[in-house]
Amino acid sequence: MDWTALTLSLELAGWTILILLPVSVLAGRWLAYGRFRAKGLIEALVMLPLVLPPTVFGFYLLLAFGRNSPIGSFWNGLSGHQLVFSFEGLVMASVIFNLPFAIQPAQRGFEAIPVEVREAAACCGMRPWRALWKVDLPLAWPGLMTAMVLTFAHTLGEFGIVLMVGGSIPGETRTIAIAIYDRVQGFDMAGAGIMSAVLVAISFVAIAITYGLSSRIGRRLT
Amino acid sequence: MSLMVELRASGPIPLDVAFEVGPGELVALVGHSGSGKTTILRTIAGLWRPDHGRVTVDDKTWLDTGTGQNLATHHRRVGVVFQNYALFPHMTAVQNVLAAMDRTDQAEAGRLLDLVQLGGLADRRPHQLSGGQQQRVALARALARRPQVLLLDEPFSAVDRATRENLQAGIMALRVHLNMPVLLVTHDMSEAQLLADRIVVIEKGRLVRQGATAAVMSDPVALRAMGLREVAALLPVVVTRAEDDGLTRLETATGPIFLPGIESPPGTRLRLRIMAHEVILSRARPMGLSAQNILPGLVTRVQPGDGPGVMVHVAIGPDELVARITRRALTDLALAPGDQVHAVLKAMSVARDQIAVAGPEGGKG
Repeated sequence: MDWTALTLSLELAGWTILILLPVSVLAGRWLAYGRFRAKGLIEALVMLPLVLPPTVFGFYLLLAFGRNSPIGSFWNGLSGHQLVFSFEGLVMASVIFNLPFAIQPAQRGFEAIPVEVREAAACCGMRPWRALWKVDLPLAWPGLMTAMVLTFAHTLGEFGIVLMVGGSIPGETRTIAIAIYDRVQGFDMAGAGIMSAVLVAISFVAIAITYGLSSRIGRRLT
Repeated sequence: MSLMVELRASGPIPLDVAFEVGPGELVALVGHSGSGKTTILRTIAGLWRPDHGRVTVDDKTWLDTGTGQNLATHHRRVGVVFQNYALFPHMTAVQNVLAAMDRTDQAEAGRLLDLVQLGGLADRRPHQLSGGQQQRVALARALARRPQVLLLDEPFSAVDRATRENLQAGIMALRVHLNMPVLLVTHDMSEAQLLADRIVVIEKGRLVRQGATAAVMSDPVALRAMGLREVAALLPVVVTRAEDDGLTRLETATGPIFLPGIESPPGTRLRLRIMAHEVILSRARPMGLSAQNILPGLVTRVQPGDGPGVMVHVAIGPDELVARITRRALTDLALAPGDQVHAVLKAMSVARDQIAVAGPEGGKG
């Protein structure tokens, strides 16, 4: 059992959720309530990481984060080390490839709130931020929770993109999914088996929570 | 506090209206569904912006498309009771009321819930309340905003008849506390007549007629949109006693009438909505007639319409009835203003939902 890899994966998932929670609230709410022409296009863009082969997606991220890219050189100037093959680069990649898992359930959660209830919040004198805090979030939370659970589980399991952007540096970019692959390559089937079982358990719990929550979306609204 | 509304819009529903609601006045905005009345209400609340419009409350401008002023909804002191109440489902009744306050005031929230007779149900969630109770919470929440304008969007449409009567009586009882302009959107003419001081009739987004309730409700031209069968008068009566045969004796200005199904105790002042097409006129006091309610009166006005019918206004003491009779009958009876006449009412013709408890003393209805 590679504890370093598991810890690294959990850290990566934690950072990803931390960054994506506010993003999913703002973007999910915007897509749920907004009526604008490019909405379909933006929704499609958000879903893109879901259908792209991870290696293809990883390849483009590698190019985008590389030393000669604007993002990569900016990061180099800021931190003194390169973005690719680093934990920070991995977090960035993870945030991007988890966008559909974070935003879509959040959007569904906000969409379940009846428009009159939101209008009632405004008629009660609530400023938009107060309405978000007092009305929208308490009613959309099953969607947001689902988003975070899915993001967490997906981060632990992602392989292709992590390998492309991060490689397999122990303690820096070797996540548990990569570690399993390395063990199999080294004919350590027992080690790979234990780690796989751990991932199966985590994923199962995550899906169970998601299903439990999705049945609650909108339930309190009736 | 006075609300002034002036709107013109080309779509989605063409609108062209201008009206005013005085402080403490209850104005009913009536029209069929799709006539634009809810859009007018939404404009006042700031939930919709018309092409051209002005909404002012006292001297404060809420909306003026001419100058580009458009106060955000949460900056308008407006209380809204939505058609389906739109309570916050995750909050208890008292939390719903508190949510509309600028500063949390538990005592005030309790007082408001008492005012709508929900004192004991403060800690219930909306799904634990009946439709009528939810409507009362919505009303308390709207009042908690300390509104300069109170808007009621078909507030009685989602409940059964018995609850509706109850809620309407509740609104009448509350009138003494409502010193702001109150606008009631409804398609129910009976509701409008029993509750409103004035009526604004909207047809396809255009204002057809506005005026005192009695005047609008007896005006065949104004009511063409809603149907001539809606023409009716409000007759104030006092309950005197329940008779042995199930009828209740009610005193009008010029004599008793007897109606079934009145449960109010003796002494209660009621207002009956008497439909013009249910009133029969007779010059002599009719004999040998099954209809028992015969009220002597004086013809005050004869109002011809476009068709074969005419509206005859009959003074019953200080009150008035309207009878819709044919032009032919008018000629046969040779009725003219000043003539003595007897108005005949059938006891069964006044439905339960056409009876309302009269408002506080000096009510303008």
